[in-house]
Amino acid sequence: MISLYDFYILNEKLKNKLRTEEFDKRKRDECLKLLGFWISPFSRRVEMALKFKGVPYEYLEEDLPKKTPLLLELNPIHKKVPVLVHNDKILSESHVILEYIDLTWSNNPFLPQDPYEKAMARFWAKFVDEQILPLGFMSLVKAETGIEVAIEETRELITYLEKEVTGKYYFGGKTIGFLDMVAGSMIPFCLARAWECMGIDMITHEKFPELNRWINKLNEVEIVRECIPPKEKHIERMNQIVERIKST
Amino acid sequence: MSSDEVKLIGAWASPFVMRPRIALNLKSVPYEFLQETFGSKSELLLKSNPVHKKIPVLLHADKPVSESNIIVEYIDETWSSSGSSILPSHPYDRAMARFWAAYIDEKWFVSLRNILKAEGEEEKKAVLAQVEEGNALLEKAFNDCSNGKPFFNGDHIGYLDIAFGCFLGWLRVTELAAGHQLLDEAKTPSLSKWAERFCDDPAVKPVMPETTKLAEFAKKIFAKPRA
Repeated sequence: MISLYDFYILNEKLKNKLRTEEFDKRKRDECLKLLGFWISPFSRRVEMALKFKGVPYEYLEEDLPKKTPLLLELNPIHKKVPVLVHNDKILSESHVILEYIDLTWSNNPFLPQDPYEKAMARFWAKFVDEQILPLGFMSLVKAETGIEVAIEETRELITYLEKEVTGKYYFGGKTIGFLDMVAGSMIPFCLARAWECMGIDMITHEKFPELNRWINKLNEVEIVRECIPPKEKHIERMNQIVERIKST
Repeated sequence: MSSDEVKLIGAWASPFVMRPRIALNLKSVPYEFLQETFGSKSELLLKSNPVHKKIPVLLHADKPVSESNIIVEYIDETWSSSGSSILPSHPYDRAMARFWAAYIDEKWFVSLRNILKAEGEEEKKAVLAQVEEGNALLEKAFNDCSNGKPFFNGDHIGYLDIAFGCFLGWLRVTELAAGHQLLDEAKTPSLSKWAERFCDDPAVKPVMPETTKLAEFAKKIFAKPRA
């Protein structure tokens, strides 16, 4: 087990490296580090974006809920993962990071080029994190009396995404894009696993044939498979979280 | 450059509605302003933004765009050859502008709104302290982003100026109601000068509500029913 002292040393080393003139600023890819957490859909989606661009990076795992001095130094305002360090630049907030990655590495753009399509992708991405996530979480914590209502309300929101993906392989069209990374990391490979632990089949084949097709298509994409938490380990961890929620 | 009809569904008192209005002004795009009546939602609003049923909604050739900061980016990208750029050009500066805009909406504005809702002196003091903490962060952000220039975006107002500046009217109303200065020369010298410049900008002046009018409106909407 790594001690706090070792983390301090790592922190000092990284700080020195960041300030050092070793960095050849002509090589954009020279220093790229991602602070993440294996269960966090927010950090997983950044990994998807970096792999999509084919950009090599160093991954530093946070062992949440414990926060390393490094995380607190790099993201003092929110104290959260993901944090991307690109040479001397420090970025946090997953949507901000994703847009930065798309602009900085111009190969394989994952945001739509058309301004209206781009606005729609951003709108739905915000919807996933700010509406589906909190309401979806309610299905986990509501006592039995409230649970059916919470499930139905969550399904109503998910219906919007069903419409969005209808007639397309992915939200991004023929290949995955920004919204696939946001919705993919959050819904099938995070929330759905938590719902499964509670015995909830939220995204039924009957009500959501398009989304189920989308989830199958996502599973065919190598970088998505590489960037999702391993199922068994994830479900085990989710079970622990769910037990903790039930006991309070 | 798009010449299709532009409409904006909104209300004069909403800081979120101010954002696309300023952006459209910066790009010299004429638009029809469709005012919602306070307390009710028009058919057009419900049809154009069925997900949130909120203003502002931009209708460009009848295609709706919702969420104020998303609308501002849409305006910048659609009328990119008009006026100066609203978003900074460098990816990192753009990321910083987006980061602070998100902070302002998710943390800072929530605290500001809580001042007017606070019950009792203790709660009011605690929330005021939160806003002041936020202001200190934004003062530093301003100094970092502006690099000695007059606005967050440099020589001209941009995305982050708009994202923060739209709240200045409500900030002043809150200061009056709470009897406490939040943005001033002593605590936030750079921001306080920036605020004056922002409000004087020709793209902002026509859409910034007068403080007295806003204060009257605030009294109406925050009026507590008498027992």
